[in-house]
Amino acid sequence: MSNEMIRQGHPREMTGPLKWLRDNLFNNWYNGILTVISLFFIFVVSKAGFTWIFFEASWEVIPANLNLFMTGMYPPEEKWRIWTVVYMLAFLAGISAGIWGGIILRFALISTAVSLLLAVLPFESITRLLLLGAAIFLTASLLLGRGRTGWRSVVLWGWVLSFPLTVIMLRGFGESGVLPAVMTTRWGGLLLTLILASVSIAASFPLGILLALGRRSRLPAVSWFSISYIEVVRGIPLVTILFMSQIMLPIFLPDFRIDKIIRAMIGLTLFSTAYMAENVRGGLQGVPRGQYEAAEALGLSYSLTMVLVILPQALRSVIPAIVGHFISLFKDTSLVAIIGLLDLLGIARSIIANPDWLGLQTEVYLFAAFIYFMVSYSMSRVSRRIELALGIERK
Amino acid sequence: MQTQTIPDKINFWRNVIVLRIVMQALFVIAIALVAGLLYTNMLRGLEGLGLTFNFEFLKQEAGFGIAEGIDYAPSDTYFRAFQVGALNSLKVSVLGIIFATLLGLLFGVSRLSGNWLVRKIAAFYVECFRNIPLLLQILFWYTVVILQLPPVRESITLFHNIFISQRGIYIPWLKPMPGFAQWAGYIAAGVILPVLIYILKGRKSGTKDFARFAVTWGLPVFTCLAVSGWYMSPQTPLVLEVPVLQRFNFTGGVRLSPEFSALLIGLSVYTSAFIAEVVRGGIQSVKEGQVEAAKAVGLNESQTLRLVVLPQALRVIIPPLSNQHLNLAKNSSLAIAVGFPDLFNVGSTMMNQTGQSIPVFTLIMASYLIMSIIASLFLNWYNRRVRIIEQ
Amino acid sequence: MSNNISDEFIVICDDVHKWFGKLHVLRGVTTRFKKGEKVVICGPSGSGKSTFIRTINRLEEYQQGKIIVNGTELNRDVKNIEKIREEVGMVFQHFNLFPHLNVLQNITLGPIWRKKTDKEEARSAALELLERVGISDQSDKFPGQLSGGQQQRVAIARALAMQPKIMLFDEPTSALDPEMINEVLDVMRELARSGMTMLIITHEMGFAREVADRIIFFDEGQIIEDAEPEAFFNNPQNERTRLFLSRILHH
Repeated sequence: MSNEMIRQGHPREMTGPLKWLRDNLFNNWYNGILTVISLFFIFVVSKAGFTWIFFEASWEVIPANLNLFMTGMYPPEEKWRIWTVVYMLAFLAGISAGIWGGIILRFALISTAVSLLLAVLPFESITRLLLLGAAIFLTASLLLGRGRTGWRSVVLWGWVLSFPLTVIMLRGFGESGVLPAVMTTRWGGLLLTLILASVSIAASFPLGILLALGRRSRLPAVSWFSISYIEVVRGIPLVTILFMSQIMLPIFLPDFRIDKIIRAMIGLTLFSTAYMAENVRGGLQGVPRGQYEAAEALGLSYSLTMVLVILPQALRSVIPAIVGHFISLFKDTSLVAIIGLLDLLGIARSIIANPDWLGLQTEVYLFAAFIYFMVSYSMSRVSRRIELALGIERK
Repeated sequence: MQTQTIPDKINFWRNVIVLRIVMQALFVIAIALVAGLLYTNMLRGLEGLGLTFNFEFLKQEAGFGIAEGIDYAPSDTYFRAFQVGALNSLKVSVLGIIFATLLGLLFGVSRLSGNWLVRKIAAFYVECFRNIPLLLQILFWYTVVILQLPPVRESITLFHNIFISQRGIYIPWLKPMPGFAQWAGYIAAGVILPVLIYILKGRKSGTKDFARFAVTWGLPVFTCLAVSGWYMSPQTPLVLEVPVLQRFNFTGGVRLSPEFSALLIGLSVYTSAFIAEVVRGGIQSVKEGQVEAAKAVGLNESQTLRLVVLPQALRVIIPPLSNQHLNLAKNSSLAIAVGFPDLFNVGSTMMNQTGQSIPVFTLIMASYLIMSIIASLFLNWYNRRVRIIEQ
Repeated sequence: MSNNISDEFIVICDDVHKWFGKLHVLRGVTTRFKKGEKVVICGPSGSGKSTFIRTINRLEEYQQGKIIVNGTELNRDVKNIEKIREEVGMVFQHFNLFPHLNVLQNITLGPIWRKKTDKEEARSAALELLERVGISDQSDKFPGQLSGGQQQRVAIARALAMQPKIMLFDEPTSALDPEMINEVLDVMRELARSGMTMLIITHEMGFAREVADRIIFFDEGQIIEDAEPEAFFNNPQNERTRLFLSRILHH
C-alpha cells in the first residue's frame, strides 16, 4: 500500500526512519504524549540503573562465590565428575541435533551460545576453558551426527541411560575409590536447582501420562481416583506439599531413611505429576475420536491403541505445554530454599547471611535473578518456536 | 428398557463386563493396600511420638503471639490462631487479586498499544517478572527494598498523608465513630431492599437480568439510603484518620507491615505479568473481521471496544484469569519466607509446638481446597452462562 | 443348524436393537449377508444406517438381538470381539489415517502389531496393496501430504492389509471433492470384482446400481426396503423410499 502511495506522489509521504517514527510513536496526539513520558521514564530508570550497576554496586561478591552459586558445597577435587556429565550431555545433544535437526538443532545452538556466554563470566580460567571446550565439543558432535539416521535408536537409549549415569557420577558410592560418595547435602546452587527440576519432570512424565489416561478411563474407580488426586494436588500450594513431604514421609515410611533432597524430589514429583496429567489430558482431548475408532477397527487392544496411535499424537501437541510446565517447575524449585535446601536461591540467602558480605543483598539477589531469568527466558523462546513449528506442520 | 437378552453363555473370564469389574476391583484393592500400609505406618509412627490423630488440641491455649491480624492474644486457642492466619491469607489474597488484575489489565492492553515504546516497556515488564521465581521477588522486595527504606523519623511522605518507612507503610483510613452503627443499618437496608425487590419482582415477571436491575433500581435505592443515613446520624459516622508521628512511631490510620507489603507487592507484580498475557491473548483472539464489521456498522472506536471486542475477549479471558487468581491465593503461602502470619505460617508454628502435623496439614489442605472448590464452582457457573448466551 | 446358515451367510443380524440413552436408534434390524455379496445401504441422515454398520465390528455395542459374523457370535466375549475385528475391515468417511505415521507405516501397523507378521513381509504386502490402489509412489509420504482421494485409497489399503473377509464402508466418498470421488470408487469396483463381501453406505446411486447385488433402505432405525437394484430404483415398494429416491436422484 505504501508503495502505491509513493507512486501517486502523496505530498506528505515520508520514508525511512522518519516514517517509522511517525507511524509508531507520533501517529496522534496522545501517542505523542505517551512517547515523551515513556522516554523520560526510560531515561530516569536506565540512568539510575546504569549508575548503580557500574559505579555503586560491589560486584566482587559474585566472583568470590561463583563456585557456591554454581555447585554449592560440591568438593572441588570432585568437580571433574560434573564436567564429565556436562560433556556427556553436550555429546548427546550435539548428536541428536545433527540427526533430527529442527528444534533440537536450535536448542543445541542456544546451549552452545549459552556456554560461550558463560565462558565470558569471571570464572577461574580453567572453568572458562572447559566451558569453551564444551561449546566446541557440542558443535563437533553435531557435525558428527549429521545425517546419521541409523543411530537414532542408539542415541535414544543414550538419553535414557544418561539419567542413571548422571546420578551415579554425581552421587558416587563407597568411602574412597574412583567415585567416592558425595553426600547430597553437599549438592547445591544451580546444579541442585537443575537436578531437582529435571528429576521431577522426568519422574512425573510417565506418572502424569498414567494419571491422564486414568482420568479418561471408562472404569469409574480408576477415573475417580485420578480426578481426586489431580484436583487435590492442584488445589493446594507447593509449599504445603514440600513441607508435607519433609514431615510426613518419615511418619508414613518409618523404615526408610530418606534424605532431605530425595524427600524434596518426591514432593516436587507428586506436585508436578498432577499438572503433567492435565497437560497430557489436553493433548488426549485433541486427538479425534476417529483415531480411536480406526485403531479399534484394526483390532488393536487398548494398550496398543494408546502406545502406537493416541499417545504419539497427543504428546506431540503438548510439547509446548510441557516445556512451559518445566519452566514453571524450574522456578518453583526455588521453594526448597524455604525447607532449608541450598539451591540457587538457598545459596544466595546463605551468602547474604554471611557477615563477610554484609549489605550486599541487592547484588546477590540480582545475580540469582539474572540466572533464573536467562534459563527461563531462553526456554520459553524455544517453546514458542516449537509451538510455531507444530502449527506450521498442522497446516 | 435396555433388557439384557444377549445370550451370556460366555466363559465369565472372557466377558467384557466381568473383566471391567474385576479390573476395577483389583485397582481398588491395590490402592487400599497401599493406603492401609501407609496408615498403619502412620499409626506406628505417631505411637512412637506419643501422639494420637485427633483435633482435640485445637481447644488448647496457643501460647504464641501473632504479629498482625484480627483480635488475638497468646492465651487464645489454637483454633483462634488458625482463624487469624486464615483471615490474613484472605486479606492478602483479595488485595493481591485486585492489584494484580489492575496491573495486568494495564500492561496487557499496553502490549497491544499503537505506540512502539509503550509496547516494548510492557513486554519488558512481562518478560522480566514472569521469568524470575516469585519467592526471589518477594525476598527482594522485602530485604532489598522495604527493609532498606529510611527509619520512621525520616519517613518518605507521599501526598502529605502517606508515610513509608522500614516499619511499613502508613496510610490514612476511615475510623468509625459512635454514629457508625446506625449508619451501617442504613447501608445494610440499602443492600437488602433492592435484593428483596429483585426477588419479589423476579418471581412475578420472571426477569433474570440482575446487572440491569442493579443499575436501574439497586444503585439509586442504595445511594438514597446511604446519603440520607449519613446526614440523619447524630455524629458523622466515619472520619478519615491521618497517621501522625508520635515519639517513636505513627499512630492513627492503617499500617501495612513490611512483611505484608513485600508479600502483597511480590504477589501482585508477579501475577500481573501472567494476567497481562492472558488479557493480550484474549483481545487478540477476537477476530479482525469483528472489528471491521463493527466499524462497518458505524460504531466508533470506544463503542467497538466496549460492545464488540470486550464481551468476546472476556469469554476467553475469564477462565485463565480466575486460574491466575487461584494461583495468587495459593502462592500467598510463600508468606512464610518473610514471616507474615498467614494460614500456612500459623499452621506450621502450630505443628512445631504441638507436633500434630497430620491434623494441621489436614486443616490447611481443607482450607485451600475449599477455596479452589469455590473458584471452580464460579467458573462452572460462568461457563454455563456463557454457553447459554452463545446459543 | 446354525452351521448350515453360517456357511451360507457371512453376517447374520437377528432383531438387533440399540439405544443411545433414551434414543432408540436401531429398532429390530434383521438381515443376512451372503459371502461375496455387495450390499449398498442408504437412507436419510440419522436413520441409523451408520450405527448399524458400526455394530458389526462392535464400534457400537448393541443391547438386544444377535449378530453372528463368519460363524462367531458377536457378544461380550473378548476373544470373539478380537476375532471379528480381525475379519472385518472398515473404511471411514473421514479416512482416519494416523497422521503421525507415513503411508507405509499406516498400512503395516495392524499386521505387525496385531497379526505379528514379519516386518519385511508386512512391508512387501503393503507395497503390493499400494500398487493395487494405484499409489505405490507415495509410500513415504505422510497423510497430510496427500489429497483426500489418495488418503481414502490408503485407508482402504490399510483395512485390506489385515486380510479381512468383510469390508465395511461408511460413506467413503462423502468427504471428498467431486473430482476425487471416482478414483476411490474405481478402487472399490476392483475390490468388488475380486469377490470381497462389501457393505457400503453411500449416496452414489450410479455406483450402487452398477455394483450392488442388493440395496437396503434404512429409516428410523429399521430396514424399510431390501431389494435388487433394478427393483429398488424402478419400483420401490415403500412411500418413504420413493420420496428419498426422488430427492437424491433429482440432484
